[in-house]
Amino acid sequence: MGILMNRAELSIALKQFLPDSAVISEQEALHPYECDGLPAYKKMPLVAVLPQTIEQLQQVVQLCHQQAVPVVARGAATGLSGGALPLEKGLLLGLSRFNKILNINPLARTARVQPGVRNLAISEAAAKYGLYYAPDPSSQIACTIGGNVAENSGGVHCLKYGLTVHNVLELKVINPQGELLTIGSAALDSAGYDILALMNGSEGMLGIVVEILVKLLPCPERAQVLLAAFDDVEKAADSVGEIIAAGIIPAGLEMMDALAIQAAEDFVHAGYPRDANAILLCEVDGTNEEVSEHSKKIYDLLLSCGATEVRTARDEAERLRFWQGRKSAFPAVGRMSPDYYCMDGTVPRKKLAQVLTRISQLSQYYQLPVANVFHAGDGNLHPLILYDANQPGELKRAEDFGAEILELSVQVGGTITGEHGVGHEKIHQMCVQFSEPELEQFRALKLAFDPHSLLNLGKAIPQPRSCSEYKLIGSCSHNTSGHQHRGHG
Amino acid sequence: MSDDSIALQLQVQEALLQKQALTIKGSGSKNFFGGLIKNNLTPLSVIKHCGVVNYEPKELVITARAGTSLAAIQSLLAEQGQMLAFEPPAFSEQATLGGTIACGLSGPRRPYAGSARDFVLGSKIINGQAEILHFGGEVMKNVAGYDVSRLMVGALGTLGLILEVSLKVLPLPEQEISLTLEYPVNEAIEQMNKWSATPLPISAACYDGANLYIRLSGAAAAVSAGSKRIGGDIIADGKAFWYSVRELRHGFFNSDKFLWRLSLPSDTPYIELPGKQFIDWGGALRWYIANTDDNQDLFSIITRHGGQVSLFRASADNTAKNNYLRHNDAFHPLSTALLDLHKQLKHAFDPQGIFNPGRLYREL
Repeated sequence: MGILMNRAELSIALKQFLPDSAVISEQEALHPYECDGLPAYKKMPLVAVLPQTIEQLQQVVQLCHQQAVPVVARGAATGLSGGALPLEKGLLLGLSRFNKILNINPLARTARVQPGVRNLAISEAAAKYGLYYAPDPSSQIACTIGGNVAENSGGVHCLKYGLTVHNVLELKVINPQGELLTIGSAALDSAGYDILALMNGSEGMLGIVVEILVKLLPCPERAQVLLAAFDDVEKAADSVGEIIAAGIIPAGLEMMDALAIQAAEDFVHAGYPRDANAILLCEVDGTNEEVSEHSKKIYDLLLSCGATEVRTARDEAERLRFWQGRKSAFPAVGRMSPDYYCMDGTVPRKKLAQVLTRISQLSQYYQLPVANVFHAGDGNLHPLILYDANQPGELKRAEDFGAEILELSVQVGGTITGEHGVGHEKIHQMCVQFSEPELEQFRALKLAFDPHSLLNLGKAIPQPRSCSEYKLIGSCSHNTSGHQHRGHG
Repeated sequence: MSDDSIALQLQVQEALLQKQALTIKGSGSKNFFGGLIKNNLTPLSVIKHCGVVNYEPKELVITARAGTSLAAIQSLLAEQGQMLAFEPPAFSEQATLGGTIACGLSGPRRPYAGSARDFVLGSKIINGQAEILHFGGEVMKNVAGYDVSRLMVGALGTLGLILEVSLKVLPLPEQEISLTLEYPVNEAIEQMNKWSATPLPISAACYDGANLYIRLSGAAAAVSAGSKRIGGDIIADGKAFWYSVRELRHGFFNSDKFLWRLSLPSDTPYIELPGKQFIDWGGALRWYIANTDDNQDLFSIITRHGGQVSLFRASADNTAKNNYLRHNDAFHPLSTALLDLHKQLKHAFDPQGIFNPGRLYREL
């Protein structure tokens, strides 16, 4: 391997097999590629490329392999953890031109798609067969399926229908040497290690996904949503466990606290009760009969858990309005504050009330308001910390507050990230969740795929020694950089 | 109920010192599965490392040690109206959780509910450097670090010893009905796929060569409405029928010949082969018992259909199977690039190659 190429040399080498329009090396044109959905972190890549065929992709990766140029892959860049943050000495590999749905097989209930296809576009294309793609991250209008695989994205419906890993059958992947591998298959079983499971959520560090076969599900006959108001966050949190204990797995079970309710009401007028301290949105779907039976059970159960009011959406329009409030909650909260920082810990359901109480105490301690909007059914919290980056010290307080929430999630038996990924953002908190031998195992696994560490290096898994250096500083909760966090997913 | 992890860790350390490869043992119920167990291996028994560590029905999670019996876990879950939704085959009353996960086998509910690996949330393992490591956890969503827990499923212990597993559990369906209808084979395959593409509450679909069998599970009203839509005859003892399919005790499996497992896209039309077939998983799993010992073409035929072949078991004559396994792997051959990746992964977890050598592939 030679000395690292500079920008001009790399561009020239890439243009040997890529059209000029697919190679971006001008400073001005590179700006849009500096960051992903977490614009707090920005870096200018050496070069960005937008290849259009798998052969071109392989050539790009082979060149980078020969020249030891690190590669960061990018879909729609809606990620919230800086996973697609470029490397200054690296190539940014844009997959946006791989945007075709190659095939839908209605009988086998599968869709073969390119990685740049938007999540929602799959369900739209499958709708005419009465089928849909289940995982539905809030960013599904914009986010791509390739990015979903990289992050193992969830969404509102994943308690019942699973995460990306449960809904992907086969991947075509370019390995760091530029070879094309098929992982998984259209059959349900594949021989050997479950590398398919490993690829999901690997944050672009093990290979470049260039084709995806996803599972489609039959659209449920009917969906119904119930809205329950509570005067107490704890009662709302506890009723989540009671629904599960009654033997019902809701299709979606979302919770919002008072601040989030106000924000959503002001923004989209969803019809939420403004005087409530918490609301639960509980969706059941399935056959007509099943939905009727479960709705009635849940209605009674929510009342017996102390709900002050339970409403069943009278029609589809009202159901969509109830959801609109939830789905626009992040931008709604965004209107209340110059900046917000979105967290993503998951905790055991039984700890929800305890964790929410602690978050509200921390909110007072740090003097920063926090709005809670989250997937209550699977314990995945999204506290939104409101702050103003222009006020001296607020950003630092927000970051420290966020780090404490993540560490709290680990303490109560949960995880620092339920669905947004570790990326660049939570790399230090990995040291809290995992021991050094565990991190070392992750590193060995990475090297098994990528012996020269070319793919998305520095993300997701802390580098050797970085944890001990970090712990020397005294805490995992102190970032030092002065930038703003703004998520919108 | 005992935690034997320190003793197990010591045994792995000892094996590393002595450069002595190990064969991980549970109850032995699935010794027949996979490659030959070599004679020169030291047994490492996990059976004393047993007991449920944590089970909270409201969390939909159970965590248990590898030596815990599958039957004990299932009856504990059933008391709370819950189940392991991947419906694992046991092949013995003594089958353990560790073996179930290491083999990664799933039963008739698999296409509709998910496979063993789909339900794994976390694990504690001993890797090939005798380190006790913990991955994943007990929460439903967790994307911190690589998904090592799911990688352990179906790895047949070749990447490390599974000490503990956390599994997502689901409520038992309120009601189940099993129906049977007569169909020619290709119509049966098509019909299973067509029904699976509708919102019917299907939880299993198989075909025995003459009749199609469908199980519906869910809310009572939904099951009864669904069964009216499908028609056919209700099977009196549906539970016993699906048990026989899951445990391979159905009459079809009564044979001294090799039992091949063909994994295919569910809509693959019937493939003519010299022998008999039993179709499960709504068309995606085909059990095949050949009339002939000449299976030369089997691999190329199934590969051409986008499928994979494995030798599952030979009921009576182990000599023939052992002969076969001396020259072949039990599982579908991997491409060179994939096999290479497998070797690298094996090396990453078990650099000295002490865990279950040859059990998954002869090269691993």
